[in-house]
Amino acid sequence: MLETLESLFRQVMPRVDFCSLRFVNERQEYVSVRQDVPQPVLRASDVGAMITVLHGGGMGYGATSELTASGLRWAADQAAYWARRTAGHSVLDFRKIKPPQVSAEYAGPEEVPWETVSLEDKYALLMQECRRLKTDDRIVYWEAAIWHTEKETLYVTSSGSRIFQRFSYMVPYLKATANAKSITQTRTLGGRGYCRQGGMEMLDGVGFRTAAPQIAADAIALLSAPNCPTEKMDLVLAPDQAILQVHESVGHPLELDRILGDERNYAGTSFVKPEMFGKYRYGSDLLNITYDPTRPEQFSSFAYDDDGLKAEMHFLIEKGILRRGLGGLSSQLRSGIPGVANSRASSWNRPPIDRMANLNLEPGDKSFDAIIAGVRRGIFMRTNCSWSIDDSRNKFQFGCEWAQLIQHGKLTAVVRNPNYRGISATFWRSLKMVGNESTFEVLGTPNCGKGEPNQIMRVGHAAPVCVFGEVDVFGGE
Amino acid sequence: MQQYFYELADHITRGIESGEVALITFDAEQSEFVRFNRSAVRQPGSVAQRYLSIDLIRKQRHARSYTALAGDASTDRKRADALLAELREQLPHVPEDPYLLYSTEVHSTERLGESRLPDRDAALGAILDAGKGRDLVGIYAQGGIFSGFANSLGQRNWFSSYSFNLDWSFYLQDDKAVKTSYAGFAWDTAEFARKVESAAEQLSILARPPKTVQPGQYRVYLAPAALAEFTAMLAWDGFGMKAHRTKSTPLLKMIEEGRRLSPAVTMRENTRDGIAPNFQSAGFIKPDEVVLIEKGSYRDTLVSPRTAKEYGVKPNGASGSESPDSFDMDGGDLPLAEAAQRLDTGVYINQLWYLNYSDRPACRITGMTRFATFWVENGRIAAPLAVMRFDETAYRVLGENLVSLTREREFMPDPHTYEARSTSSARLPGAVVDKFTFTL
Repeated sequence: MLETLESLFRQVMPRVDFCSLRFVNERQEYVSVRQDVPQPVLRASDVGAMITVLHGGGMGYGATSELTASGLRWAADQAAYWARRTAGHSVLDFRKIKPPQVSAEYAGPEEVPWETVSLEDKYALLMQECRRLKTDDRIVYWEAAIWHTEKETLYVTSSGSRIFQRFSYMVPYLKATANAKSITQTRTLGGRGYCRQGGMEMLDGVGFRTAAPQIAADAIALLSAPNCPTEKMDLVLAPDQAILQVHESVGHPLELDRILGDERNYAGTSFVKPEMFGKYRYGSDLLNITYDPTRPEQFSSFAYDDDGLKAEMHFLIEKGILRRGLGGLSSQLRSGIPGVANSRASSWNRPPIDRMANLNLEPGDKSFDAIIAGVRRGIFMRTNCSWSIDDSRNKFQFGCEWAQLIQHGKLTAVVRNPNYRGISATFWRSLKMVGNESTFEVLGTPNCGKGEPNQIMRVGHAAPVCVFGEVDVFGGE
Repeated sequence: MQQYFYELADHITRGIESGEVALITFDAEQSEFVRFNRSAVRQPGSVAQRYLSIDLIRKQRHARSYTALAGDASTDRKRADALLAELREQLPHVPEDPYLLYSTEVHSTERLGESRLPDRDAALGAILDAGKGRDLVGIYAQGGIFSGFANSLGQRNWFSSYSFNLDWSFYLQDDKAVKTSYAGFAWDTAEFARKVESAAEQLSILARPPKTVQPGQYRVYLAPAALAEFTAMLAWDGFGMKAHRTKSTPLLKMIEEGRRLSPAVTMRENTRDGIAPNFQSAGFIKPDEVVLIEKGSYRDTLVSPRTAKEYGVKPNGASGSESPDSFDMDGGDLPLAEAAQRLDTGVYINQLWYLNYSDRPACRITGMTRFATFWVENGRIAAPLAVMRFDETAYRVLGENLVSLTREREFMPDPHTYEARSTSSARLPGAVVDKFTFTL
């Protein structure tokens, strides 16, 4: 099929400065058991291609699921029309872009392929874990699920590039909701944050087969826990909340397209200004943030982005100082700021934009015990359940499923409805301890929304346990 | 497109074997998207997409699959045949589904849109002209949206709509901006010019020296777009029966403690006056309306077929998410022109942004003000306000602290384009609210 497609592309390629075809073939399966009842399996197959034209300084795209000569010709005609129509009206003179010339193939990890395990066995596993969540009459909702996606992409260009990549994504999920009158509390397996590339083997790596009893016990415990107190105290974040903090208040503000203003009508702008790169103190000396495509199992590892740029590891923030932004080729050219290979599209029907890929907070030197022992009065929060931040990515408020108070170096009472708020520009400067490799977890999110037209993106994050000093913490009603 | 789908559905139906039932859905669009930044074009393009799903049922077992279509009849018949064969092979391996429910009454409907869309070239020219000398950023989308349902029992439903939506902001500087939308079915040059002029006028107010207020409680006016953001949070599990029965609803206190909103608050799923299809993927037809909150009291929930079967109640045409597609909230008695006067002194909020629950069982919601937010003194706009974070419960905002709802309501088509262009909409009034809590 790929050879036919490449041949058709060459047939329909218009006479323009540059033309590319980006083909995406994605197959998804969602298997779930809710309240011990198997749910119908959901399968989806999406296949299509986008043709992009750069010509005379303009750009345009045409995207179609009709992968025939006439379908691709239509897409090429649309792309050429838009490029010609908008030449001289574009945010960038696209003649300045020098598309990379690459021939490469990449395949992500998958030791035990999804399709080698029968549907019956998948249901049996999910039924077993689902039943283990129902430990008490007060558990009123419980669910176990796995979402698998297999994706192939082919990128070919008029200048001779050819990049084929193949990925297998896994998103396991466990959830238990407990209720007592007007109190409802939910615990999950890290939201949907325990997502990685791989096959069925990844389930053991994230504790899917062992987590259910604790998730249920946590939900029950929260029912009788007091409300989280309102006070300033040290905040200890587990990796499954630290990644959300990184995502919202480091990742998004560093996206070059936000800084350039592309997202101002929708996802928002950034408090980070171009002149801050190279000198701005984003956080304390302990803050090291990387764009890291080198962990194959991480959710958004790839070899090349959707504009053909090679993915290489870079420090974005090093010892607290802002070094580099999150922007692909065109954003780097428009802004003059160094970026990374992160021009990515959600599928064949949306154009690539600047997205986070793997954005990690690098580990420090403290064990979890040493971190807790080092806190006089604080709170340990885990698993995000609420996220809200202003359009400049500054004033944030986040909530977690679970929290425990820390008193004189010891974990004490469980509290419910834990929330905290702060301002990105100062929050990271209060980072006072960073966990070591033993606290470091490779996680991610399958649902990052951005862009016009809107796009949902898979993003990888890894983080250790972190401690922030004197944070505004509060609870519910 | 309708004929194309019906012929494909007929072809699939001919392939159905004795004892089988097929539920077939179709979703397609042909869209033009032009993205703008700083009054220049960022990314323009065209997208043609078509998707088919088949739910193949034999007794209590069923399997559903969804696939992209090519748009070419011969290719798509082969894809549909392959899909059907794959589903048939899967059926013995899937468990029986105790909550399977589909419509066995044949109820065919059609809602045909008429294309009066502007020429894309002319629309682009008008938008570029509007941006001259200004900083315009946003997205223009236009084209046809098509949805169909068919089953092997003979039911056929069709929906088509041809619309455009320009969702844009004029920026002054940093986060000082006025957000506007111009959506419809036929481009009206005069109407667009009025929208542009109105936005430009508001922008001039943003040029005044900004005012900063400390966190605390303030009287506010929530314009319809702001109130729509707030009520959209209630739609997140608030109106679905499954969430109610599993105590996951943010309106839990209405069930468990008898909490009420203001008697002025009535909310409904108003399919009759919306722009979404009136059918869903199991073949059920949506009633013209479902009253969700009536005079402040919880009344009905949206019930999907699966939930209906699980709890032994009747479905009311809801999809699996059990959230409204055509949300409608009654207006009040405050003339819109008097909203600032009724506010008197406080904060005039045009848009809210990035809302989430800070205490879900208490229906407490946090979020930000965004775009044009003004400080009002003695009924007159005095100064723009820096963005503020709020944290408030629905029981206070739409209950004890609700002062007035405007008589006029605004119809707002959903501009979202995740995977496909949305056909959802909201129709709401504005609201004057007392003691609205800002926290940061």
